[in-house]
Amino acid sequence: MSKVSPFIQKIERGEVRTDFPILHQMINGHPLVYFDNAATTQKPQSVIDALTNYYSHDNSNVHRGVHTLSTRATQLYEAAREKVRRFIHAPFARECIFVRGTTEAINLVAQSFVAPRLLPGEEIVLTQMEHHSNIVPWQMACKKTGALLKVAPISINGEIELDEFEKMLSSNTKFVAITMASNALGTINPVKKMIEMAHAVGALVLVDGAQAAPHLSIDVQDLNCDFFAFSGHKMYGPTGIGVLWGRESLLDSTIPYQGGGEMIQYVTFEKTEYAGLPSKFEAGTPNIAGAIGLGAAIDYLCSLNLNNVAVYEAYLLEYATNAIRSVKGYNIVGTAANKVPVISFVHGTIHPHDIGTILDNEGIAIRSGHHCAMPLMDYLNVTATARVSLSFYNTKQEIERLAEALQKVKEVFA
Amino acid sequence: MLDLRELYQEIIIDHNRNPRNFREISHPTVEAKGYNPLCGDKLTVYLLLADGIVQDISFIGCGCAISKASASLMTDALKGKTVKQAHALFEQFHHMLTSDDEIQGMNIDKLTVLAGVRAYPARVKCATLAWHTLEAALKKQKVVVSTE
Repeated sequence: MSKVSPFIQKIERGEVRTDFPILHQMINGHPLVYFDNAATTQKPQSVIDALTNYYSHDNSNVHRGVHTLSTRATQLYEAAREKVRRFIHAPFARECIFVRGTTEAINLVAQSFVAPRLLPGEEIVLTQMEHHSNIVPWQMACKKTGALLKVAPISINGEIELDEFEKMLSSNTKFVAITMASNALGTINPVKKMIEMAHAVGALVLVDGAQAAPHLSIDVQDLNCDFFAFSGHKMYGPTGIGVLWGRESLLDSTIPYQGGGEMIQYVTFEKTEYAGLPSKFEAGTPNIAGAIGLGAAIDYLCSLNLNNVAVYEAYLLEYATNAIRSVKGYNIVGTAANKVPVISFVHGTIHPHDIGTILDNEGIAIRSGHHCAMPLMDYLNVTATARVSLSFYNTKQEIERLAEALQKVKEVFA
Repeated sequence: MLDLRELYQEIIIDHNRNPRNFREISHPTVEAKGYNPLCGDKLTVYLLLADGIVQDISFIGCGCAISKASASLMTDALKGKTVKQAHALFEQFHHMLTSDDEIQGMNIDKLTVLAGVRAYPARVKCATLAWHTLEAALKKQKVVVSTE
């Protein structure tokens, strides 16, 4: 980087890290280095405060009472929905359904929208790099209906084989479910192009945005996807809250996922008239605090400026990639040209779990395992990898500590 | 701060690098597959039994240093033992990894080198995978066991 931006200067002065109280602690005698951001990100004070304030001052049930607290809770909850709408550039807030997370969002679409429309022999297309949460719900839908699952291959560096993907699509393809960014490899998929290809054969597309949302700016209208799913906790918000966005016309024609309170217009024992969007899909008391916390996380991310974040994270990714490569014996798995800051790597003889334990001993938190992507691991012919996933609150100095610790791992096994 | 050498003792490093009895048995009395879905570790344990005595025992598979060393040490420890002794040893071994009791006084010989694992709760399953697989084999169930 030729010129150091004010944002990077701010980070280097430690001003962004101070927003995250959890980062300031010792682990096994060393300052914590948190490199497991693809599993879940840490929360800024503003998100923690939003949860505390809600429970301290505004807690009530939404959309029910006529009293002041209920009105406040409802306003905060719906304001969070509007923040989500702006964040993903959706046309209408009512198209943004609050769910528990990406997994629930995908299950909702698979069971309520896709399965009832599938006929035996019709096809759903996925990619080789999907997370289990974007595989298993589709397998369940196929099992229920006799439809078939097709898997688009990836190259050895972890990029989708676009030609093969296109060849796999036909008038028989009813639905396509693809990740915008791979949790295991970091690969950013050309989803806009893939959506265009899918639409050309008449298939609808769900984009799994769990790993993309914390790093990339999302515009569901520009992508032209039909459904978009993401989780709050992977983008600095609380756990247990996520979003399913869907085109209004599609959501309108989808049967409700769960029945209960909140999702009805009129109930008799003979018959129920469902509520409109988004309530139709939000049966029961929702995760009100979680939604408000997610809204606070969106505010926080936007206050940093998503472009600043992307530039700095790209810089960290390059720095970390070189740092890992500089330690002899480690190989990076997944070397796509376009990546979110996620680096999977392996050592010739040392198992990722042993790497993970030794790094933890140095205060460095990484993930080791199959990253809920066993079919991908099989394809790459590894049982597991070690994974470093970065955030804008990470620093060059932390990456240098990683490189030193990776050297130490080798010494333990020397 | 935890001392890594408590976990990765020389004997463990050695058994990881040169696992003992790391082979198949062509006509085993019984065999079982073990699998740890957390890390993808897989192994198969083979047993040759006669008159309730472990005549031969071996394993193959892939896993971390702890799971491989533990499997290797297990096969060494069990050869020539009765099935009853094998069960008892597993119980003592499991107790060593999951209790706070003094290690001294536990009659499990070489297996105490794995005592360091108790300070790493996330790794206990690595150390017990081979043993759970053995238990499955002894139950003569040709099924995949899981540590979950």
